[in-house]
Amino acid sequence: MTELLPLAILMTSLCAAPIILAIPERARTLRTTINLTAATLKVGLVAWLSIAVAAGGEFNLRLGIAPGLDLHLQADALSVLFLALSAVLWFLTTIYAIGYLEGGADRSRFFGFFSLCVAATVGIAMAGNLFTFLIFFELLTLATWPLVVHRGTAESHRAGRIYLAYTLGGGLALTLGTVWLYALAGDVPFAPRGVLGDLPQTAPLALTAIFVLLIAGVGVKAALFPLHGWLPLSMVAPAPVSALLHAVAVVKAGAFGIMRIVYDVYGVETVQLLGLAAPLAALAAVTIIWGSVRALTQDDLKKRLAYSTISQVSYITLGVALLSPVAAVGGLAHLIHQGIMKITLFLAAGNFAEGRGVKTVSAMDGMGRLMPGATIAFTIGSLGMIGVPPLAGFVSKWYLGSGGLDAGQPMVIALLAGSSLLNAAYFLPILYRAWFRDPPEGAPVKRRIGWMLAVPPAATAALILAAGLLANAPFSPLGWTRFIVSLEYL
Amino acid sequence: MTEAYVLALLPFLAAVGAAATPRMAAIWGLCATLINLGASILLAARILSGGDMRADLGDWPAPLGISLVADGLAAVMLSMTAIVATAVALQAMSWGLVQPRGGQQRSRLQAGFWPLWLATLGALNALFLSGDLFNIYVTFEILGLSAVGLTALTGSRNSLRAAFDYLAAGLAGSLVFLLGVALAYAAVGRVDLAAVPALVDTATGRLALGLIFAGLAVKAALFPLHFWMPAAHSSAAPAASAVLSALVVKGALYLALRITIEAGAGIEVLRIALAVLGAAGMLWGSWMALRAERLKLLVAYSTVAQIGLITLAIGVADDPSTSAMWQAAALLMLSHALAKAAMFLAVGRIAEELGHDRISGLNRTDLRPGVAEFAFAIAAVSLIGLPPTAGFIGKWLLIDGLIDRGAWVWIALLLGGTALSAAYLSRVVSRCLRGGPHVAPGARRPEWRTGDVAALGLATTALALGLGSALPLTLLNGTAL
Repeated sequence: MTELLPLAILMTSLCAAPIILAIPERARTLRTTINLTAATLKVGLVAWLSIAVAAGGEFNLRLGIAPGLDLHLQADALSVLFLALSAVLWFLTTIYAIGYLEGGADRSRFFGFFSLCVAATVGIAMAGNLFTFLIFFELLTLATWPLVVHRGTAESHRAGRIYLAYTLGGGLALTLGTVWLYALAGDVPFAPRGVLGDLPQTAPLALTAIFVLLIAGVGVKAALFPLHGWLPLSMVAPAPVSALLHAVAVVKAGAFGIMRIVYDVYGVETVQLLGLAAPLAALAAVTIIWGSVRALTQDDLKKRLAYSTISQVSYITLGVALLSPVAAVGGLAHLIHQGIMKITLFLAAGNFAEGRGVKTVSAMDGMGRLMPGATIAFTIGSLGMIGVPPLAGFVSKWYLGSGGLDAGQPMVIALLAGSSLLNAAYFLPILYRAWFRDPPEGAPVKRRIGWMLAVPPAATAALILAAGLLANAPFSPLGWTRFIVSLEYL
Repeated sequence: MTEAYVLALLPFLAAVGAAATPRMAAIWGLCATLINLGASILLAARILSGGDMRADLGDWPAPLGISLVADGLAAVMLSMTAIVATAVALQAMSWGLVQPRGGQQRSRLQAGFWPLWLATLGALNALFLSGDLFNIYVTFEILGLSAVGLTALTGSRNSLRAAFDYLAAGLAGSLVFLLGVALAYAAVGRVDLAAVPALVDTATGRLALGLIFAGLAVKAALFPLHFWMPAAHSSAAPAASAVLSALVVKGALYLALRITIEAGAGIEVLRIALAVLGAAGMLWGSWMALRAERLKLLVAYSTVAQIGLITLAIGVADDPSTSAMWQAAALLMLSHALAKAAMFLAVGRIAEELGHDRISGLNRTDLRPGVAEFAFAIAAVSLIGLPPTAGFIGKWLLIDGLIDRGAWVWIALLLGGTALSAAYLSRVVSRCLRGGPHVAPGARRPEWRTGDVAALGLATTALALGLGSALPLTLLNGTAL
């Protein structure tokens, strides 16, 4: 039975999706029950799988599609990293979304596609070869679109169009790269240290071109400069969707794809041999700075957070591209750390908008007094992003910095310092307004924030603290990434 | 071989029955379609286990008698036809053909629809089972005439005009085709498909092949000979449009594929011509679909584009003895048939609910999106060729083969066509995702109809077929090359 675990994890949300889509709009209790059952079940199954994988268990499920083409689900340590992130955050986001959309329209459609999104994410995490990865990656694009346009306004449709144009364009590049690689190398299963054999010697040019196509394909979702244009626009979507885009699924799928391509398709040695690491690292560095600089001038709170995501996700790419084991630990751990920090920020921002109608930085005055719970969560998230010890972000930055030295790239320290200063420059003014200014006269009337909105950001804020304080525990994100890195670099 | 006889003859018998007893027409139609589905599945299963089969009607062998041959490719085409046929029959049963405009007209439409549709089905089956060009010519004639009848069925001015153009184009195409067959007979003294390689060796034979393909191009609505098609497909009744767009044009495409497979390596010029025209059709059809203002017209132009894609695939497929690229063309045909039929059925339903089919008006309504919109969206995913659909696997096989040959220009065209199809289909789907300010809180949702099962079922089959591609591909691999 245990060998079917990956399938079961996939099916919990894949089966929930059509059922929820078919449920009539008014059957609220039934929908909520299915949602929460699926989310809880998934957390449990993922926990079970993590324990099995840590104990050395191997999972492989295959379905033949065409000669040489297999649908392949597997679970390795890297899968578990992403699975754990998406399962836990999906659970919290579902609770939040149920509260957030209370009384709204089209909830069956929303939660149906929400589940489909998570199914796609889980599929990406457990894809055992590039073909399977591609299938779920495209599914994620399609499942997210209805969520981005959920509000149905002209603005959200415009954002949806642009989202689709970017991601389908990226999908084409990814498809071409994948077919090309299959044409050269046959099946491309993910395996530590790469699967290309002697191809780097025989076909270096083709491999370089394929690498560019693949990275461009996943880079759209990872919001790598200059492919990031869709992300700030997509913040018109409801807050739980932003959380999903920024923390749980979409940009994470892109960053995860970069990890898979560099580590498990090409392998660190091949990437080094072909000289592809330095350009990727440079691109990540540019994105880190560019995102932060753009974030400085945004008054719209969610837009500022969106640009911050562009910058922060590239820490992951940087950690991968530096090709040093220490930096890799930082980058991989940041997959989790950025996820829990950014989701905290978005959920708290959603609460500001719901509770007080506050959507801009300039309206944040006195929020600490008006909504202390959400503001504390937001503060923890912000300080974590800046990299204040002992929060999660500090751990990532520490390892990235040491990794830079380890890789003989002291510039990385300067980059991190610069980026942290910029982080501080766009987060601290928000905190200052929230805590040290008085609420404006005639502050908007307070609306009640139910527990469904209040608890998830508090829980993720607690996770930020835990991930930093307990970084050395064996099942912490950091501990797990050390385990992965020990497999990738031997 | 009983199945083959059933497939080739039963629909015609049922057509006669339906014409003779109009009140029973729907019963005749449904029974014949279901038996047809069963027979096609049995035939596919038998070919899967035992290889190709052939039978001579009345025990007269090939040059004189009529012989039925069935291999994997034929089985795939027959099953494709049978699945679409079942869905179309279900939908026509449950809903009638157009907006109900009074019972009498509706029953007149029903009475006209079934005999014509059953004759179309029989002609298609016979075409896929035929082993020689003359028989194929005969099936084309039946197919063409019954398809014209289907086009004209609603009796509206637009559909009559479109049907007339269709008739004229179809007859011209048939004449050219017949001329080609006659020349082929003059060149090699026989007209069975196995004689095609011999045709390639003589000048007359090559001329004959050229004429045959010119005739096919008209019948398949290959760019630039598609002029008759968008009007015909967009003005017919929904069930008829689905048949015309999903199945009827496939007859000609199937034959083009069949002849290029038989001809092997000797027809480079023809292949290049097919690929170039296919690519041009793909781009032109997409462009027109991008600009279309009416939903039915958009879907019809999307058929022009998809026919282009399939022709491109037939054209660039290498010699089948060395490469499996032709299977991509077959898979794309299969995927297009299912998805396009689903789409036309869904469009019919959407237009019925809204009372119009203007694309710009799709989101200005108090109606919530229903099953038909959902079916349309899933069918769109197949037509674009996104994973995990069969269209995706088809494109994958195609690009895989092209990369092996280093044919980057074709790859670029293919990806460009894919991007365009995403662009014109998302125009519609984004409006189906209406919500928020456009929809009043108490807006009603279209009710469920049994006919909705047809569109949704076809669309999901097309979607799931990608994961089950192993089945059609195994059948195709068994094809005698």
